[in-house]
Amino acid sequence: MRVTATVNGTQHQADDVWPGESLLFVLRERMGLPGSKNACEQGECGSCTVYLDGVPVCSCLVAAGQADGCDIVTVEGLADGDGSLHPVQQAFIEAGAVQCGFCTPGLLVAAHDLLARDPDPADADVREALAGNLCRCTGYEKILEAVRLAAARLTASGAGVAGAGAGAPGAGAPGSGAPGVREGL
Amino acid sequence: MEFLQPDSWADALAAKAAAPDALPIAGGTDVMVELNFARRRPPALLDLSRLPEMTGWALEGGRLRLGAGVTYADLTGERHGRSTESTDSPGSTDSRDGLGRDGLGRDGLGRRLPGLAMAARTVGSPQIRNRGTIGGNLGSASPAGDCHPSLFAAGAEVEVASVRGTRLIPIDDFFTGVKRSALAPDELIAAVWIGAPSGPEQFAKIGTRNAMVIAVAAFGLALHPDRRSVGTGIGSAAPTPVRAGQAEAFLAAALEEAGLWESRAALPESVVTEFGARVNAAAQPIDDVRGTAAYRRHALAVLARRTLTWAWSDYQRAGAGDGLTGADGGKR
Repeated sequence: MRVTATVNGTQHQADDVWPGESLLFVLRERMGLPGSKNACEQGECGSCTVYLDGVPVCSCLVAAGQADGCDIVTVEGLADGDGSLHPVQQAFIEAGAVQCGFCTPGLLVAAHDLLARDPDPADADVREALAGNLCRCTGYEKILEAVRLAAARLTASGAGVAGAGAGAPGAGAPGSGAPGVREGL
Repeated sequence: MEFLQPDSWADALAAKAAAPDALPIAGGTDVMVELNFARRRPPALLDLSRLPEMTGWALEGGRLRLGAGVTYADLTGERHGRSTESTDSPGSTDSRDGLGRDGLGRDGLGRRLPGLAMAARTVGSPQIRNRGTIGGNLGSASPAGDCHPSLFAAGAEVEVASVRGTRLIPIDDFFTGVKRSALAPDELIAAVWIGAPSGPEQFAKIGTRNAMVIAVAAFGLALHPDRRSVGTGIGSAAPTPVRAGQAEAFLAAALEEAGLWESRAALPESVVTEFGARVNAAAQPIDDVRGTAAYRRHALAVLARRTLTWAWSDYQRAGAGDGLTGADGGKR
């Protein structure tokens, strides 16, 4: 089958897709977007987290055909196109929240979504929001620090995270054009 | 493998009738695991994720009808409520049960069904709760499904449909074995019907951590002051979710005899202990990788005592007028 989707604001198309394959496989192997990582393939690790029509999901658990016509934002779409990182990404680097890096793309999307919904989350809220993302380098404390740092900076700058749909129904819906995340700083 | 993607409920029923072997997929959180690990190769997938008829919920004749596509996140309200069909004002929300800053769902669904909302809150992770649906939980028919104990406790009915028509299956008759249900090959789960609670509901689950965990044992409890009865549901401790019927009858009788429904006085410790023992006796657990049968029985007695203590304290508080429990605090 053919799968067409808007990914990070750009129309992508994949042909000869096996209907049982995952959105993650389509993104990585057919659309050339390897940022989302493939680890557990059962929704346990969160490494493949992407926005699907504005909602963070495990892309390994979305059937390719279910994503047809949808608006998808992957970790590759969080930053502006000018080469600068999104504040959440920058904070992960500065806080030392990246070790092997395999869990990082999923954590970035999950943290990005959290800050879009709640610009000043309590630690318990951060832990809850990231509960579906496993880091096997045991870097959780640094990850928490990174989210706190990103939250503080985004709040100080008054910019916030323009949601890719969180709490803003309709944003990121199919055909809505560039995803909202691109507006966030 | 074919990919069937109907855009109306009628088309979905026609597709299922024409291809009874097609595997329905909604949130995909169970189905895709089976596909990813090549445990299952159905001739077709029937995508139900785009059917507007499946989403949302409504209050109809005093009962709540939850479309099969209602997600766990819809129940918890953690994404600020994505369901759309609230038919009356949800009123104020509260968050005393620790379901997060947003309480039991901004659109009021979780506030109306606190037991189910608590259960939904224990499912997977935010990513899983954003996709997984109540219909999918029923369709998978796992004995460990997190919604099931609360559906038993509430006395829910499952609305199933085919081109032949629609029928309501009491939750007690829905599960027929491990991952097997009363669903006919041409039928789809359309909705779940739940009476608006007249009293407090509780849910508790044992697992190795608070997130991303399959229940080792789970227990749902509902007090029904309007009809002077008690509802229970046991998860992960029998081939199907089960009701602890004798525990329900014992507790209802104990409350009646001592006039406790009216007085809301303290529950005798002996009643709480006996309730736990009878829940323990209702389970038929096995030893497996997640826990031993003996542990599950022990855990269920603890969960039963704990949830009863919480629920009774909710009932007492509701009687004192702070309206913190159930849909209407048992005052109806």
